[in-house]
Amino acid sequence: MPTQVLMPALSPTMTDGKLAKWLKKEGDAVASGDILAEIETDKATMEMEAVDEGTLGKILVPEGSEGVAVNTPIAVILGEGEEASAINEAPAAPAKAEAPAPKADVPAPKAPAPTGIPAAPATPKAAAEPDYTGETRPMTVREALRDAMVEEMRRDETVFLMGEEVAQYQGAYKISQGLLEEFGEKRVIDTPITEHGFAGLGVGAAFSGLRPIVEFMTFNFAMQAMDQIINSAAKTLYMSGGQMGCPIVFRGPNGAAARVAAQHSQCFGSWFAHIPGLKVLVPYSGADAKGLLKAAIRDPNPVIFLENEILYGRTFEVPIDPDFVLPIGRAKIERSGKDVTLVTFSLMVETALKAAEALAEEGIDAEVINLRSLRPLDTETIVASVKKTNRIVSIEEGWPTAGIGSEIAALMMEHAFDYLDAPVVRVAGADVPMPYAANLEKLALPQVETIIEAAKAVCYK
Amino acid sequence: MATAPKSATGAAKAPAKRKTTPRKKGGDDKAPFSTPDLLRDYRQMLLIRRFEEKAGQLYGMGLIGGFCHLYIGQEAVVVGLHASAAEVDTLVTSYRDHGHMLACGMDPGGVMAELTGRVGGYSKGKGGSMHMFSRKVNFYGGHGIVGAQVPIGTGLGFGHKYKQDGGVCFVYFGDGAVNQGQVYESFNMASLWKLPVVYVIENNLYGMGTSVARASASVELYRRGDAYGIPGVQVNGMDVIEVRKAGEKAVAHCRAGKGPIILEMKTYRYRGHSMSDPAKYRTKDEVSKMRKESDPIDNLRAFLLENKLADEDALKEIDRDVKSIITKAAEFAQQSPEPEPSELFTDVLVDA
Repeated sequence: MPTQVLMPALSPTMTDGKLAKWLKKEGDAVASGDILAEIETDKATMEMEAVDEGTLGKILVPEGSEGVAVNTPIAVILGEGEEASAINEAPAAPAKAEAPAPKADVPAPKAPAPTGIPAAPATPKAAAEPDYTGETRPMTVREALRDAMVEEMRRDETVFLMGEEVAQYQGAYKISQGLLEEFGEKRVIDTPITEHGFAGLGVGAAFSGLRPIVEFMTFNFAMQAMDQIINSAAKTLYMSGGQMGCPIVFRGPNGAAARVAAQHSQCFGSWFAHIPGLKVLVPYSGADAKGLLKAAIRDPNPVIFLENEILYGRTFEVPIDPDFVLPIGRAKIERSGKDVTLVTFSLMVETALKAAEALAEEGIDAEVINLRSLRPLDTETIVASVKKTNRIVSIEEGWPTAGIGSEIAALMMEHAFDYLDAPVVRVAGADVPMPYAANLEKLALPQVETIIEAAKAVCYK
Repeated sequence: MATAPKSATGAAKAPAKRKTTPRKKGGDDKAPFSTPDLLRDYRQMLLIRRFEEKAGQLYGMGLIGGFCHLYIGQEAVVVGLHASAAEVDTLVTSYRDHGHMLACGMDPGGVMAELTGRVGGYSKGKGGSMHMFSRKVNFYGGHGIVGAQVPIGTGLGFGHKYKQDGGVCFVYFGDGAVNQGQVYESFNMASLWKLPVVYVIENNLYGMGTSVARASASVELYRRGDAYGIPGVQVNGMDVIEVRKAGEKAVAHCRAGKGPIILEMKTYRYRGHSMSDPAKYRTKDEVSKMRKESDPIDNLRAFLLENKLADEDALKEIDRDVKSIITKAAEFAQQSPEPEPSELFTDVLVDA
């Protein structure tokens, strides 16, 4: 049967074009790949190649015609042994190239509900946190992180650690102390200083079924690896229709250290929390560090694990049971209170707890929430707290613009508006690169006093 | 790991071969591969060619959206190299990936349906032309960011060595990607740790519209591993027999635990960089000369006929067969429905 040649769309935006020139004439033999015509699109002049073989039976649209709509039949190709008289039998152009596209009356995806409030569950359904009644031991966050990795590496042969100075040097911050000795150089791997490369290598290893722990000496250097984290690790599961999961942990210290200035002091919590396909954890205590890192290593998804250098040396009671694992997505109420909610994460939990003690002396009973996870975010716990206190202050080291506090403020509008007796107040780092000078650095970071002030403000005291 | 080549992949179990027929012993050098192998190559290259032509046509009809990068002209590269791949081996490439998927044995209908954004596509319509994967055949994408697949493939090679499964990873990238920093970060680690990776530089002479000479201080791309002690070979990527030979040697090098190797495949793409590229940066004569003199399919066809390894009828039979596969693929790609709206929120995370 004769085949119709249709006016092609030669760019993503083309709707019609000019049939500038026919390079074959009626009666010419045509083979796959032969150039049939030149088409002028909105952007350029393009050549149109033949796909079907045969003879150019008839030209339906003469050269020089302008405004020829995409998918208009422009010629007819005759197959072997077909006569020109068969042209009238040419099938009508595959009427509209459109697929059985969803009709207008098909309900739109549930997600963007008319109000713009996402229908995707705002509160993640994290498992309830089991009460731990086993033995604990005082240890530093540093040791708790190491124990988490040691226990998981003993449990699962596919878990390995790679990063700068993690093996022979025992870790730039001594987190991986003793690991090389126990697991050998196959599983504890010193990398060259090449963040983009080894982050991508880790992603490939994770695709192949291994469970890499990639240590960034600090998260500042993860900026070099951002493309592999966002475009490769976070998105591939979705882009593969669910086939290609990436079970990887990127971990290391995040946030301001002390006196290291702008390039080495910043919180990336809000950056990573923005990305679908990632989980973002922000431990505070030793138990958080151990229970969440173990959960991260066991999780089948890419997890960003943001530690804090200043917390490394702090000592906490830490569960020693190797089966102790915290659920991802559960915030922890570190201090119960009824007058105001202080919601924060990482090192700022410590600062907020100090502020809460000071507030108690002034008769304000503050509740302190340790988020532990920024993505998923435990909205349920925050909302429950606000229903009780009717006032909330968010606290973070990071910059205020599009920060975690901004997200919390928006969530409170969506989920707790009727319970608020005062506007949400954000306490955040100053909106400047981190200065070096000790006095300026202190001014750039939230202090106990700043938090007290904010808490009093929302209590109108 | 850094210092111990003791447990190099060479020591691991020999991997199962995929489907290559044993070559004739003492056969003449012109036809070092068996006739069934060469006919298979012919068929595979033709399948890719016809698939891409059909994809171009469907794009023209508005059935395929966005970016669509065709592999026409380069078919010999992936077909010749993949002949050396064992079942355990892995492959990763850039966004010009349709040919690689077909060479891996992925279903043309599933690939075409992904191009049309339908639920029958390999990524259920969520990935499109540049982002497709198949765990079943060890095809790891399909990556849209120039050069990003190189560290990923190096990681797949790392996985082969870690698991001691005897596998090799084929990492394909173009002459444009070859100037990305992460490529050299990968070369360094792969050589340092003796990872079983075949780095395939598909040098089609243009990174989008910029010729190699205008983008690369040194155009001897096979030498890009010199600083890392990675051997490199330049190969006529328009000749599937030459590609096969180079592939066998490269894979043997990797399987012996000698670390990575670079193959620079001199090739040519007939079409523009993507569907919307009018390709004004090269002359028509240049393209038609390549098509006329160096076409990998025409040349293999002539070789088969001249050496009486196949007759016209046998080849025509293959042509017909391929055409019908592609017609069916295109039909499937148009009949398969679009994904359900509820698919919007699935596959973001694996349920823990």
